[in-house]
Amino acid sequence: MKRGKVSILEHELVPAHEIIADEELNVLLNKYKIKKEQLPKIKSSDPVSKEIKAEEGDVVKIRRSSRTAGSVLSYRLVVK
Amino acid sequence: MGDKKEVAKDLSNLGIDNEMAEQMQEEFILSELTVGRDDLLEVGADEACTDDILRMLGREEEGEIKLCDIEAKMNESPIPVSIKSELREKLRTVRMKLNAANVDAVLKRVEREYEKAKIEPREAVGIVAAQSIGEPGTQMTLRTFHYAGVGAIYITLGLPRIIELVDARKKPSTPAMKVMLEKEYAYTRNRTEELAMEIEVTHINDKQVSKIESSIDDMCVWLSLNTRELEKRYIKKEEIEEKIRDLDVLIEETKDGKFKIHPKIKTYHELLRLEGKVSNMLVKGIEGIKRAIVRKTPDGEYMLYTEGSALKKVLKIEGVDSTRTTTNNILEIADVLGIEAARNAIIEEMMNTLDEQGLDVDARHVTLIADAMTMAGDVTPIGRHGLAGKKASVLSRAAFEVTVDNLLDAAIHGETDELKGVTENVIVGQPIRLGTGSVELLAKSYGEMTK
Repeated sequence: MKRGKVSILEHELVPAHEIIADEELNVLLNKYKIKKEQLPKIKSSDPVSKEIKAEEGDVVKIRRSSRTAGSVLSYRLVVK
Repeated sequence: MGDKKEVAKDLSNLGIDNEMAEQMQEEFILSELTVGRDDLLEVGADEACTDDILRMLGREEEGEIKLCDIEAKMNESPIPVSIKSELREKLRTVRMKLNAANVDAVLKRVEREYEKAKIEPREAVGIVAAQSIGEPGTQMTLRTFHYAGVGAIYITLGLPRIIELVDARKKPSTPAMKVMLEKEYAYTRNRTEELAMEIEVTHINDKQVSKIESSIDDMCVWLSLNTRELEKRYIKKEEIEEKIRDLDVLIEETKDGKFKIHPKIKTYHELLRLEGKVSNMLVKGIEGIKRAIVRKTPDGEYMLYTEGSALKKVLKIEGVDSTRTTTNNILEIADVLGIEAARNAIIEEMMNTLDEQGLDVDARHVTLIADAMTMAGDVTPIGRHGLAGKKASVLSRAAFEVTVDNLLDAAIHGETDELKGVTENVIVGQPIRLGTGSVELLAKSYGEMTK
């Protein structure tokens, strides 16, 4: 028996993704003195990008669980 | 959480059961509720008990710090969550001797030690990671196949598996899945077995399932089914009949339970084509999953191990826990669950492979590799076709593999080398820009100094 859509966001391998606002992005970029192009990337075709409706140019905040630090924030720039 | 009095009452009723008091404290921290001596006496708590309870919660009047205050201070601190929870435990045991100033001092010291423990800027972390995995790698088995504790399913382990992960192969040499089940299914063996059959692929021409023959005499394909095997796989005869009918052919059941299938056009060629079509038909299960084996976890939960992998389709099966089911195919995870899930999967797989071989490698090295591999948004292999091939420096690429090709290409395209990396600076005989080599002296001119 098959079921309809499965929400991948609930999978234990998928950390919480969230699109961040410009103000938060500016704070981040100023803190590390970088441009947003220097962030790691995530594709707009990535299943999670699609799910949270992230578009090219957005920056997503990812709350990863870490073996050593417990919980860590990470950021990715959405690219084509 | 009720009001003050209720809490106080609960506390006094509990007496001084330590475990329960601990739990109550947790709630206190959350609610930031304070209970005083008067509150306790008012609800008729035992005098002696009251003292104990108050000591556990912290008494403000004696300058003793409350748990919720410690918590508030810790929340402001930049130290990682895991250190915080360790610190919380330790502070709790000595809380009676603490006041606000002590806690501040402890936190400050921990912060300083944490800063010290951080890696120095410009340290060659990639090299350290490579060495830290490379050295134990020499002790790993070179044997490709290894029994993995899962009866009868073989999974690549050891060095070949690490190489496979780092190369980001399209398909691992032994794709496998761990299928976890939802609660209603996970505790009954029958339902689990039924699900296993739902997932395991059954083609009509599987040896035990049926016999297919085509006869030129009457120009039709004869299909005889093994009913016992079908029952075992929870397949109904009618389902098969239905599926064949969908091929747009005539089908009739004979008295002895055989099926007679007529091709639309009565030519020899059509007959052979029909036979091929029928025998390749999927009766049940998911294409790509050769076997599904039922196992019981130590928690008493039934689950499935499969040979072959089809994550997307398996997640859609009713009864499969779509939050805990995984595959060992990293690229499949990237496709279905995204790049962050792939990163987690790389770390998991590598650490498990290393652990299984009894090698203790720090998770941070593996994490760095996973980060580098997933940086670009898709899973990039390490090596000439991946990360090493994407390096900006010509000399560095040429020094790695296929020297002549790289130099030739660079010459054709007129590339320049900025000499920023390690390899290229070693080649030209300059100090490398790492550690102390990465800083330069900036001298003020004489004129500026006299100003």
